[in-house]
Amino acid sequence: MIMQRACAGTLESSDIYVEIAPAEAGSGLELDITSVVFAQFGEDIERVIRETLAELDVTDASVRVSDRGAVDCTIRARVETAVCRAKGEK
Amino acid sequence: MRRSMLFLPGNSPNMLLNANILGSDSVILDLEDAVAPTEKDSARILVRNAIKSMGYTKEVIVRINPIDSPYWEKDLQTIVPIQPDMIMPTKVSGAKDIQIIADYITKLEEELGLEVGKIKLMPLIETALGVERAFDIASADPRVTCIFLGGEDFTADMRCVRTKPGNEIFYARSRMVVAARAAGVDVMDTPWTDVEDIDGLIEDAKLAKSLGFSGKASISPRHVAGINEVFSPTEAEIQYAKDVMETNEKAKAEGKGVVSLRGKMIDAPIVNRARQVLEAAEAIKGGR
Amino acid sequence: MSKLVKSIKEAIQLAGLKDGMTISFHHHLRNGDMVAVMVMDAICELGIKDMNVNISSVFDTHGPFIEYIRDGVITGIETDYMGGVVGRAVSEGIMDKPVTFRTHGGRPSDIIRGASPIDVAFIAAPTADCMGNCTGKIGKSACGSLGYAFADAMYAKKSIVITDNLVEYPLIDYSIAENYIDYVVAVDKIGEPSGIVSGTTKITKDPVGLVIADYAARAIDASGLLKDGFSFQTGAGGASLAAAKYLKDIMMKKNIKGSYGLGGITAYMVDMLNSGCFKALYDVQCFDLDAVRSIRENPNHMEVTAAHYASPTAKSSAVDSLDVVILGATEIDTDFNVNVHTDSNGYIMGGSGGHSDTAAGAKMSMIVAPLSRARLPIVVDKVLCKSTPGSTVDVLVTQRGIAVNPLRADLADRFKDAGLPVYDIHDLKAMAEQLNGTPKKPVLGDKIVANVLYRDGTLLDTIKNVPVK
Repeated sequence: MIMQRACAGTLESSDIYVEIAPAEAGSGLELDITSVVFAQFGEDIERVIRETLAELDVTDASVRVSDRGAVDCTIRARVETAVCRAKGEK
Repeated sequence: MRRSMLFLPGNSPNMLLNANILGSDSVILDLEDAVAPTEKDSARILVRNAIKSMGYTKEVIVRINPIDSPYWEKDLQTIVPIQPDMIMPTKVSGAKDIQIIADYITKLEEELGLEVGKIKLMPLIETALGVERAFDIASADPRVTCIFLGGEDFTADMRCVRTKPGNEIFYARSRMVVAARAAGVDVMDTPWTDVEDIDGLIEDAKLAKSLGFSGKASISPRHVAGINEVFSPTEAEIQYAKDVMETNEKAKAEGKGVVSLRGKMIDAPIVNRARQVLEAAEAIKGGR
Repeated sequence: MSKLVKSIKEAIQLAGLKDGMTISFHHHLRNGDMVAVMVMDAICELGIKDMNVNISSVFDTHGPFIEYIRDGVITGIETDYMGGVVGRAVSEGIMDKPVTFRTHGGRPSDIIRGASPIDVAFIAAPTADCMGNCTGKIGKSACGSLGYAFADAMYAKKSIVITDNLVEYPLIDYSIAENYIDYVVAVDKIGEPSGIVSGTTKITKDPVGLVIADYAARAIDASGLLKDGFSFQTGAGGASLAAAKYLKDIMMKKNIKGSYGLGGITAYMVDMLNSGCFKALYDVQCFDLDAVRSIRENPNHMEVTAAHYASPTAKSSAVDSLDVVILGATEIDTDFNVNVHTDSNGYIMGGSGGHSDTAAGAKMSMIVAPLSRARLPIVVDKVLCKSTPGSTVDVLVTQRGIAVNPLRADLADRFKDAGLPVYDIHDLKAMAEQLNGTPKKPVLGDKIVANVLYRDGTLLDTIKNVPVK
C-alpha cells in the first residue's frame, strides 16, 4: 500500500526522478512521464515502470517521472526506492 | 590480477554505467562514505540492479557500511543475492568483526540456496586497533583473500596529519604487508587523494610496490593508468623472469640441482616469483 | 577620398542594397557577434526585405533572425553551421525556402567560382583603418584569424567593414586589404568578448571522455602516420582536446617533430607548436585567448583563408596534406556516414563546418564519441542526416571500443597489433543497444527544411521538418 507521497532519484544525466503519491483504492495507476528521450524510449519507459510497480504489488498510485536518459535497471531501481519509501520501509 | 581498484559512488547511475571501462582491474561500488545517510536505500537498490544488468567483466567489490552503523545488514540483504565477487567491510578492527559479517553472509547464502563461501571479503583496515590486529583479521575467515589499508581514517585515529610523503603511515603499511603475506592473502594500498597530482601518485604507488603491496586503490579514474603501470611488471622484469624460467628448465633437463643466472643462485622462491611475473604479464597483455 | 561613413544605414544605402539581394557575414565573433543582428536591424528599418543571408555560421546569438524570418526580412539562409536556437525554428518549418548548408571549404569555393554570388558583404573587424585594411588580431573584440571572411570581402560586389577599433592609416599587419573594401563604419561595439573566445579551453574531466581520448591517441600512434612531418587537426570538443594532449605526450616522449597543425586553433594546439610538435599552425579560426595571443605574436602561427584551408576547387588546400583529423558526431551509421547537422530528434543543431572537408582530405579521419549519450546510442542503422559520407570516414573511437571502416583493413590490423579493442561497427551498435535498449526512430515530416551540399556543391542529403505537437 502506498501510504505517503515519496520520491527517489535525481535530475542528473542518466538518472530518473520518480515521485509517487497515494491514490484511492481501485483508481488504478496514473502515470505522467517526461523524458529527454521520449520519442525514442517513451513506450519502453512506461512499460518498465508498470512492470516494476506490478512486481511491488502497487495497483493504485499517482506516479510522476522526469527522465534524463536512465537505462531500464536505473528506472527499476528508482521506482522501487520510491515505492519502498512511500510504503514507509526505509 | 588486481593492480588497481577504483571507487565509484553507489548512487550515481552514470558512473555505474561506465564502471567497466575506466581501466581499473576491479571496481568498488561504494555504499559507505560516497552515499549520504538519506540515500543509503536508493544506492543499495541501484548497485544491486547495476550488478545484475550491466554485465560487468571486471571484478566487482561492494563496500558496505560499518557494523556499528544501522545500514550494514540491509546492505548485505540487498547485495548478497546477486553475489558480487567481493564485499568490503569497513572500519574493521578485529577478527570478531569479520566473523560477524561472514556469519551473516553465510546465513543469507543458506537461506537463498546460494553457494556458501563464494563471496570473498576484503576488510578495510583504517583504525589503529585494526592495524595492530591485521594478521588476525587477514586470517579470520577463508573468505578473506585480501586486506586493504585506509590511510585517511587511520591517521585521524592516530591523531596525526596525513601528508603526501606519508611517513605517518609507513609503519602501518609495513605492518599490513607483513600481516597479509604471513596470512597468505593479498594487500591493497590506500588511495592517493590529490586528483591533479599524477607525479605524486606515481611516486606513492612506487613506494607501495616497493614495500610489497599487491596494488593500490584509486578515488579517481585519472589515477588508474598510473597505478596499473607501476604495478605491472617492467620489460626488464619480464625478461629476467623469462631467463629464470629458461635456466630452470635447462637445469631440470640436464639434471642439475643447483644453477645460477647472472651470478645468482636460482632457487624455488626465485622461480616462483618469475612465474608470477610472467602470469601477470600475460594477464595484462594489450589490455588497459 | 574617404570610405568612412557615419552609420551602417548609410553604408547599406551607398552599397545599393535592394529587396531580394544576398548579403553575407562571417562568424569569427562566434556567440559574441553583434554585427549580423545590428545590420539586420538597419536593413529592417530601411524597409528592405527578402534578404538571402549567406553567413558562415549561425550561432544562438543570432536568435533575432527568427523574427526577421517571420516578417519576411530574411527569406533565405546559406550557412555551414546552425546552432540550436535558430535551428529549432528552421526545423519546425518557419522558412518557405530550405536552408542551404555548405562546408567551410565548399562555401568559399562556391563564392569564388560564382555559384553563390554575394551582393553586399558585411565584415565585422576587431580593428580597421579608414580605408578598410582590417584584422582580428588586435582590438577589444579581438578574435584572431579572419579566415572565413576573405572570400566574402574579395568576391562580393560591395564590401563593408564594421569595426569598433578604428586606427590611424595604415594598419600594421592587416589581414584583409583595403583594395577589396568599399566602405568603413565605426560602431561602439561589434561583439561581446565573453562570447567571442573562451578564456581558456579546458580538456574534459569526464572519465569517459578521457578513456576515449586515450584510445584515440593510441590509435594515432599505431596508425603508422605519427612520425616526423606529421600533420594534425582536432575539434574543440572535450574528448578531442584531451586526445590532442595525450598525443602531445606521445610525440614528446618519442621526440616526433610534426609539420603543421590545422583548423580551429585552441590553447592545446598552441602548446604543441610551442613544444616543437609542429613547425607551424595554419589557423582559419581561433577558439580561445591563447590562440588569439599566439597568432598575434608568433610568426609561425599563421592565418589562412577558408579557401586555403579547405576549398575543393582551389589548386590545393591545407586539408589535402593532412595526416590525421579528429572529429565529433551526433550519429554514425553502420556505413560510417556521420550526422553533425541534427540531434537524435531531427532538430538542426550543428553543421558540417570543416567536417567533411577534413574527412575527405586527411589520410585518417577519426570520429571520437561516447557510445551512447543519455541512453541514445551513437551508432545507428541510418543517420538522420548524411553530413559526411562514410567513404571518407575511417575510424570510430568510443569508450567501449574502436570500429574501423572495412575500406581500411590496413588500419584495423595495425590497431589490433597495438592491443587496441577493435570491433565491427555492428558489434559496437549491438553493445550500445544491449546497455541502452533499441531507440525508436523519430517521426519526421515531409517538408524539406534544409539541403545539405557536399563540398563540391552537389546535393548530399536533405533535412526534413520536425512536426510540432
